[in-house]
Amino acid sequence: MDYIKAFLLAGVALVAAMGANWALDPAYQLHAVLILIIALVMFVRVIRNAGEPRAVKPVPTGYDDGVIRAGVIATAFWGIIGFVVGTFIAFQLAFPELNFDWGQPFTNFGRLRPLHTSAVIFAFGGNGLIATSFYVVQRTGATRLWGGNLAWFVFWGYQLFIVLAATGYLLGSTQSKEYAEPEWYVDIWLTIVWLAYLAVFLGTIFKRRERHIYVANWFYLAFIITVAMLHVINNLSIPVSIWGSKSVQVFAGVQDAMTQWWYGHNAVGFFLTAGFLGMMYYFVPKQAERPVYSYKLSIIHFWALIFLYIWAGPHHLHYTALPDWASTLGMVFSIILWMPSWGGMINGLMTLQGAWDKLRTDPILRMFVLSLGFYGMSTFEGPMMSIRAVNSLSHYTDWTIGHVHSGALGWNGMITFACLYFLTPRLWGRDKMYSMSAINWHFWLATIGIVLYAASMWVTGIMEGLMWREVDDQGFLVNSFADTVAAKFPMYVVRGLGGVMFLAGAVIMVWNMWMTIRGPKAARAGATGTVPTVAAE
Amino acid sequence: MDTYSFLREMADSWFLLAMFCFFIGAILFLFRPGNRQMHKEASQIPLRDSQPFGAAYDTGNEPAPRGCAGDCPDCIKRTN
Repeated sequence: MDYIKAFLLAGVALVAAMGANWALDPAYQLHAVLILIIALVMFVRVIRNAGEPRAVKPVPTGYDDGVIRAGVIATAFWGIIGFVVGTFIAFQLAFPELNFDWGQPFTNFGRLRPLHTSAVIFAFGGNGLIATSFYVVQRTGATRLWGGNLAWFVFWGYQLFIVLAATGYLLGSTQSKEYAEPEWYVDIWLTIVWLAYLAVFLGTIFKRRERHIYVANWFYLAFIITVAMLHVINNLSIPVSIWGSKSVQVFAGVQDAMTQWWYGHNAVGFFLTAGFLGMMYYFVPKQAERPVYSYKLSIIHFWALIFLYIWAGPHHLHYTALPDWASTLGMVFSIILWMPSWGGMINGLMTLQGAWDKLRTDPILRMFVLSLGFYGMSTFEGPMMSIRAVNSLSHYTDWTIGHVHSGALGWNGMITFACLYFLTPRLWGRDKMYSMSAINWHFWLATIGIVLYAASMWVTGIMEGLMWREVDDQGFLVNSFADTVAAKFPMYVVRGLGGVMFLAGAVIMVWNMWMTIRGPKAARAGATGTVPTVAAE
Repeated sequence: MDTYSFLREMADSWFLLAMFCFFIGAILFLFRPGNRQMHKEASQIPLRDSQPFGAAYDTGNEPAPRGCAGDCPDCIKRTN
């Protein structure tokens, strides 16, 4: 076995070395060197241990939490990186001098922006989703994670994907598809990692000891499967050379645009919504210590969401070469989608029925409630903006950016923070977070930051849209593009400040997590008794 | 008939009908009277996690047995 492993690793190292030598572009070269180093280190480790007698390890029992601990740390780490880059590029838009001459072309807005979006969505959000899904599927299935070290492969494989994608952007390797920028070999690697993730998750569900599959797992599973499908189809491309990162899309023209936004909108729908709803349906009841308000409603929420979301993509392509019927279809489904979204929000909020008083004392629960509030707000705003007439004003303006951020910062960010606060003490065996008042500070800093962000983007977006369409009595456009840019300056500064506040809250969270993990373990008298907390009805 | 037209016709008719029926069927099935008890039990799953706070980190971290016969002398069987 060791010899097969060593042989394979040596093969990978050889190919990577050839790639490093013959690389056609710097991104490919750097990635080849990176893979070469990783393969060589693993090769040496395998060789050093080959043929050594193995200590017989006891068969591990209980929950597999090591990989979740790693995932929690990775979530916080990538979160900070994503927020720092986001805040920086916000100020780059306000003060173009921040596109430093010495940093060109690596640190200009065009290369940092995909780094920001991928870091927050896929690195911060993705690690949060993987970690919480592993936590939830074990707890709600009352079984250990399936696949042993395969979960660790998923974790490290995903981090490698993030590093390849991020360094690729800085070096100019991109296929120019929003939220799907990584080039072909990174896409293939992500597909492998993702299928391993699916295997671990499904394997755990198959060997569950609970009769029913809890609804949170339905959402997680829909997220994993749909993202696999979206990723593969949107990234169908043919590399120009196997020694270079450039590739050519299989689809062209409006078909490519439609495929891209079918992918792009469902990345929102299944990555940022279905996956995070999986979090919501487990952690909100857990933190409120109440079962979900209506289990029936949660199932309706599930089926309606997955049946409707997949059709909503064309609303990104109003007034383009896309046929009218297709964009009308996208618009209609987007509006219908409002109802299940609000059903889910109400279901989450009403879970607090009889426990509303906890909001006064529990800042973590408050974060969950705020995230549900933002979920409701952005799932109302989204359908409204998908209406063709509204879209003619909002499209290509900063209103869209504001909408995305009220969803991403408010809904995804807040619920992930709350989950990190929930998980950290539990995973490291601590009584509670080190500082409750620090959570309060985080809550208010993040909330005010989001409000500043969203409000300034509404103002600047609508202003910009109105300025673009303004015509004088002769029918000539009144404003040039540069006029709108100048008019937006104050709002851009306010947006940047909102970002600083959001980032400050996240830094406080990381400090709080650090102090919790470094702090003393909880005293646990008689903890082995495993007394069930909930009596049967 | 070329593949596109065939697929397009299928998508607009039978497949659309099938998906619609599946969706309505899933919703109707949900309201079956017999489902009430099952949903009540399922909604309790997250709260039934009997691990003491943080125990997974440093103790024997055995998940609580579920779906057992419930006939051990010190049984703490929770489902009924």
